[in-house]
Amino acid sequence: MSLSASALHVALSGRMVLHGVDLTARAGQVTAIIGPNGSGKTTLLRALTGEVAPKAGRVTLNGADIAGQPPEALARQRAVLPQHSALGFAFTASEIVGIALEGLPIPSAERAVLIRAALAEVGLAGHAGRLWQDMSGGEQQRAQLARALAQIRALPSPDGPPRWLMLDEPVSSLDIAHQLAVMRLARDHAQAGGGTVAVMHDLNLTAMVADHVLLLQAGRVLAEGPPDLVLTDRLLERAYGCPLRVRHAPDQGVWLLPQSAA
Amino acid sequence: MVATEMGLRLEGDRRHIGRMVGICLLAALLVMSALSLMQGASGVSGLVVLRDLIAGREVAVTDRVVLLQIRLPRLLTGILVGAGLAVSGAVMQGLFRNPLADPGLLGVSAGAGLGAIAAIVLGGMLPPAIAALAGWHLVPLAAFSGGWVAMLVLYAVATRGGRTSVATMLLAGIALAAMVGALSGLIVYSADDAQLRDLTFWGMGSLAGASWTKLAAAAPVILAGLACAPFLARGLNALALGEAVAAHTGIRVQRVKTVAILGTSAATGASVAISGGIGFVGIVAPHLLRLIQGPDHRWLLVNAGLLGATMLIAADMVSRSIVAPAELPIGIITAVIGGPFFLWVLLSNRKVLG
Repeated sequence: MSLSASALHVALSGRMVLHGVDLTARAGQVTAIIGPNGSGKTTLLRALTGEVAPKAGRVTLNGADIAGQPPEALARQRAVLPQHSALGFAFTASEIVGIALEGLPIPSAERAVLIRAALAEVGLAGHAGRLWQDMSGGEQQRAQLARALAQIRALPSPDGPPRWLMLDEPVSSLDIAHQLAVMRLARDHAQAGGGTVAVMHDLNLTAMVADHVLLLQAGRVLAEGPPDLVLTDRLLERAYGCPLRVRHAPDQGVWLLPQSAA
Repeated sequence: MVATEMGLRLEGDRRHIGRMVGICLLAALLVMSALSLMQGASGVSGLVVLRDLIAGREVAVTDRVVLLQIRLPRLLTGILVGAGLAVSGAVMQGLFRNPLADPGLLGVSAGAGLGAIAAIVLGGMLPPAIAALAGWHLVPLAAFSGGWVAMLVLYAVATRGGRTSVATMLLAGIALAAMVGALSGLIVYSADDAQLRDLTFWGMGSLAGASWTKLAAAAPVILAGLACAPFLARGLNALALGEAVAAHTGIRVQRVKTVAILGTSAATGASVAISGGIGFVGIVAPHLLRLIQGPDHRWLLVNAGLLGATMLIAADMVSRSIVAPAELPIGIITAVIGGPFFLWVLLSNRKVLG
């Protein structure tokens, strides 16, 4: 089972952003989408979720084209964490998570268990009653992640198609401990049979958790494959336009050093 | 049992507060309704008359008329209009993701007013046979259409790519109200003297003209609007997270928006048609409730209806008694209380509104 895009062309307000992008993300893996600012990472994720319709090409989720599928059918297979979240009203953390479960046939005791578990997973166990406006940026981001987790954990069906977590820069406003915790969560989800697709800025973190990497540049795929083959001096320098050195450390995998600051 | 339930209750889940507030508001509405039936310029005690009527005892004709033809339709009109305006306000605020949205402030009531005025004045120019046939039914429907067009224009201008700009929303509402007001002025200009007096009094907002005829015409439209609310609660909760996230959680966003716009237009339109420009109910009731029970729309929409109705009946009692035996237009009372309240909401939300 996979989440895949083929020959995806996407335009935003008349400007072409993606020019024929192909991607195959497999269940059981963490797929990272990387690339410089403005290369089309977020647009690609939005096309994969069905939020923006492509001009040409198609997206298939667990074997079925997402075009024309009703939102409730997609919601059962994937949850999405956007890059920025704004909230006009003072909901509490547990109410925010609960929004993802509304309309599902879940008894209220079980609902409370799901909400508590999701908040605990993102490290907000003692914060269920906090108001959105009183939370820090990182706490808001984690509350939204808990909302996404609760959505795909509800109504579990062991034989059903894999559930997908689609994350747009999930660690952008988190401290290093929470960055690691969130990426571990993404990896655990994949190892349990689900799929994770994440837009990533931090290349070291990408090297640490990704099983599959898509490198975008100016709306085109520069490279796609396992991290060892994509995270190389030559490809990264070409994509990001700055000197970089990739080092390998025993037991640690890959780490990257920017060279210009030295 | 209760203790176990309390212990298991999820922290930060405020639905039980909403339920309790709802029960209290229902009781308050019943008490206020009884008071409203009892009290009036004629000095007739409504409850005594009602008791005698039910018991089948002889009742003086004037007492009967005062209760059944004046106070009762007025009470029911107050309940429907209060609920209609408050629920419309709450739904609009959910739709625009902003606590400052209100049918009165953003030109929706003005649009409904234009429809109503057009129906009153231009309806007088219709051939008498047709005018008699359409009668009072024309006015609420015209007001609904006017409010609906205003809502569509407002939403199209204020919302781009699933985001609503507060500044654009408020400015678009002001511009819309001004344009619609000018059109209404043009029509009023061509009205005759009798129509002019009707329109002036109507524009100030009043329940004084309430009658069974008008109620029969407006009630179905208001009730149709209110009936949309239960189907909107879940969608509006999800919309608070933004249109994209709402869709990701399985909400059919376009359908929620369409139902919300039609529902508010119907409830606001017919309320305006029957009672004129009663302002601020749509902003005061939902905001007070959010402070107490949080923004969850499942109980917010129901309770806004109950609180709006209770508030309007209370305001109507004040309007009837403060200069008795004459009466003050109720719109003046809601504006005197609602205006400062709106400023307070604006100031306390400065941080959120940026």
